Amino acid sequence: MNIHDKINRVDGISKINGSAKYIEDIHLDEVFHARTLRSGIAKGRVKSIDYPVDYEDIIVVDSHDIHKNEVLMITTDMPVFTPSEVTYVGEPLSLILGKDKHRVIEFMNQIKIVYEEDEGIFAMDACTKAEDIFSEYVYEKGNIHELEYDEIFEKVYETGYQEQLYMEKQGMIASYDDHILTIQGSMQCPYYIKNALIHATGLPDHRIRVIQTTTGGAFGGKEEYPSLLACQLAAAAMKVRQTVSLIFDRREDILTTTKRHPSRTTIKSYLKDDKILGMDILYEIDGGSYRGLTDVVLQRGLLTLTGCYKIDHVQVKGKAYRTNNIFSGAFRGFGAPQSMFALEQHMNQLAKKFKEDPISYRRKYFVQQGDLSATSGVFHEKILLNQMADALIRLSEYDDLLAKKEKNMGIGVSFVPHGGGFTGDGEAAHIKAQVKLKKDTLNRVHLLVSTVEMGQGAKTVLSKIVASTLEIPIEQIVYDDPDTFKVPDSGPTVASRTTMVVGGLLYKAALELKPLMNNPAEIVITKNYVHPEEIVWNQKSLKGNAYLAYSWSAVVAVVYVDPITWEIDCQKLYGIYDVGVPVDEKTLLGQVHGGVAQGLGYGMMEKMESEQGILQHNSFSSYAVPVMADMPKMEVDWIFNPYREGPYGAKAAGELTLVGVAPAIAAAVEDATGFDLCRLPIMPEDLVKEAEK
Amino acid sequence: MKIPFQLNGEPVVAETTYSMRLLDVVRNEFGLTGTKEGCSEGECGACLVFLDNKLVNSCMVPMSHVVGKKVETIEGFAKSERYQVIEQAFQNHGAVQCGFCIPGMIMAVENLLRTQTVFTEEIIKESMSGNICRCTGYQLIYDAIKTVIQEVVE
Repeated sequence: MNIHDKINRVDGISKINGSAKYIEDIHLDEVFHARTLRSGIAKGRVKSIDYPVDYEDIIVVDSHDIHKNEVLMITTDMPVFTPSEVTYVGEPLSLILGKDKHRVIEFMNQIKIVYEEDEGIFAMDACTKAEDIFSEYVYEKGNIHELEYDEIFEKVYETGYQEQLYMEKQGMIASYDDHILTIQGSMQCPYYIKNALIHATGLPDHRIRVIQTTTGGAFGGKEEYPSLLACQLAAAAMKVRQTVSLIFDRREDILTTTKRHPSRTTIKSYLKDDKILGMDILYEIDGGSYRGLTDVVLQRGLLTLTGCYKIDHVQVKGKAYRTNNIFSGAFRGFGAPQSMFALEQHMNQLAKKFKEDPISYRRKYFVQQGDLSATSGVFHEKILLNQMADALIRLSEYDDLLAKKEKNMGIGVSFVPHGGGFTGDGEAAHIKAQVKLKKDTLNRVHLLVSTVEMGQGAKTVLSKIVASTLEIPIEQIVYDDPDTFKVPDSGPTVASRTTMVVGGLLYKAALELKPLMNNPAEIVITKNYVHPEEIVWNQKSLKGNAYLAYSWSAVVAVVYVDPITWEIDCQKLYGIYDVGVPVDEKTLLGQVHGGVAQGLGYGMMEKMESEQGILQHNSFSSYAVPVMADMPKMEVDWIFNPYREGPYGAKAAGELTLVGVAPAIAAAVEDATGFDLCRLPIMPEDLVKEAEK
Repeated sequence: MKIPFQLNGEPVVAETTYSMRLLDVVRNEFGLTGTKEGCSEGECGACLVFLDNKLVNSCMVPMSHVVGKKVETIEGFAKSERYQVIEQAFQNHGAVQCGFCIPGMIMAVENLLRTQTVFTEEIIKESMSGNICRCTGYQLIYDAIKTVIQEVVE
């Protein structure tokens, strides 16, 4: 096959006819069902737990049943089960196992927990002590401190929680047979889980097996969180020496799993003669009570600044706070949707202040190849922001839109970058991806990678890259769900790295395999990640090339705001994307539309508030995500800008498509109403408040 | 207790209770796992089945409402000719990503075809807005439905 061929998804049919088996669909005859006993308070200590007696069929698994009571993520601050110290509402105390689900629930209803409760911290402003701060970063470019400016334009931007709301809830099955611990489940990162299990169980590498099952959406929500579940289930399976299944119910999933970090971004622009001389930015996020991936989320939020713009004098500070709120974590965009909303809304407000068109205003500051990024790394690749702006103006018939704009309608734009792969030297220093291609004696080619299909199209795209390079039919490719007994660690399925990094390695492996395809023997080709020489990064000073390469998006949103109800209707959305060269256009289109839907939700629908550490929106009926009728008419296109290291020129795509949507919608609502809007999501009640000012 | 009903054209007897959800019975008793539990409160449409030809969220239907009735799940509908047209359209348009919502979507498309005679954009979108998909942004699903309508109706 050829990379330009139009193909259908390789995993489509079984998902349409319902035969695909997600974790909850796997039939087991003899199994312990597990439910989690959770803390009812946000901060304090468990003084005692009285479990009911006379339940011989019920087994309790807690911190005594685990070799090392730590979940290895980046650090090990989170316990598998808390022995006493409670840090958030819903923190796991134990697993309750039983073969009869109803007996488990009956047992749980009779448990009595006595707490000694402390005052929790629920707001970033209440984090006053050193121990309330997970991490602080700062980087500078130029000299912000000695600028001669006319005025400072300062605004504060805030964003709330967002829930991934993958359609398939978290779930896992564990067994311990013949001294092998096997974990199967819905996940993004089989090797994160494996490494967490080695740490928590003390079992050697060769006795731990992690197998991904068909995963019904993840969006970051199944990046770090499943490591916690796997460690809990490992303790349970090793205790009872039987299969144990843990499937969350929806409310539990929404209430207790990771969310997008709430944020506050303060941007001070130093202006002289209507020009931006410099920006001083403070980006703050609420990490919840455990570190998890918060440091890395903070870094991506910071390092994506100052977006598409060349600002000569920059100071960027970031702070992540420890609170007693729900533990925040990975979600498509990973810190960038928050900081890019702030930056883009700031640029819109500056354009408004100077009565300039928001696209023309941005053009003056667009970065170009050879410029220095905010972290003082050279942009090595071609940057086509001006061409993208031209294409967006043509696609949206922008001048016509402006001319025909009616009352209560608004037009907003955004331009954002998104770095592909891990931040800085992460791919080289931490991930060290390895991929294998195995040609068997029947001439089938097996993709041996730990990258998971979670809906994004990894199986289709990676199979297509290999089949095209080998010039064989895609049917000759075998790509099973990853099993750590069979596949090497090609890294987690995160950070928009699948096509660009893993696909790049598979492409190189396929080139090496190609001349050997006529050899009748079994052949295995191994490729290890090699860091491009020109990508230089200093993690201590946060200087250099923060990412391998950037993808870019340019978006126009058109909204109508009802003057009576203040309801927002996003009617049209136009987008131009630079993702290098799309490897599969149909898959990319699906990623773009899906990113738009989640970005639209983030911008104007998905409100999730927390009171005293308890999320107030905990179900599909209280947390509204877009349905078909909510979607705007979407017109999108891409420009080709081949990336040298990417397979067939491909760069990152998955996260980028979400990031620019909410900023464009916010700008459009601002345009329609004339209000200054600095908080996401923008709800009708917020507009009512603005109108009453 | 024993509850008789018809499942995908076959008479069956479920060993269950009146208060058990139809969703649990088709999944656990009969192993028909194409019907999914998404939200368990009748909001997402992943568990849609036909009950006496009426589209219902099976997570909201107790077995007391199923006695003697006809239940059709995705597994039953997938044997029909019209299913083939819908499957092909969903495949060709790339309307599937993680797939978890898709069997429910297919049932909603079939319901649209069974209950409507006019297929305006508004009617299609209204009719499909009881199904939540978190991956696709719905556009390619909409495009697939348009193709189905062209092939089946026009």
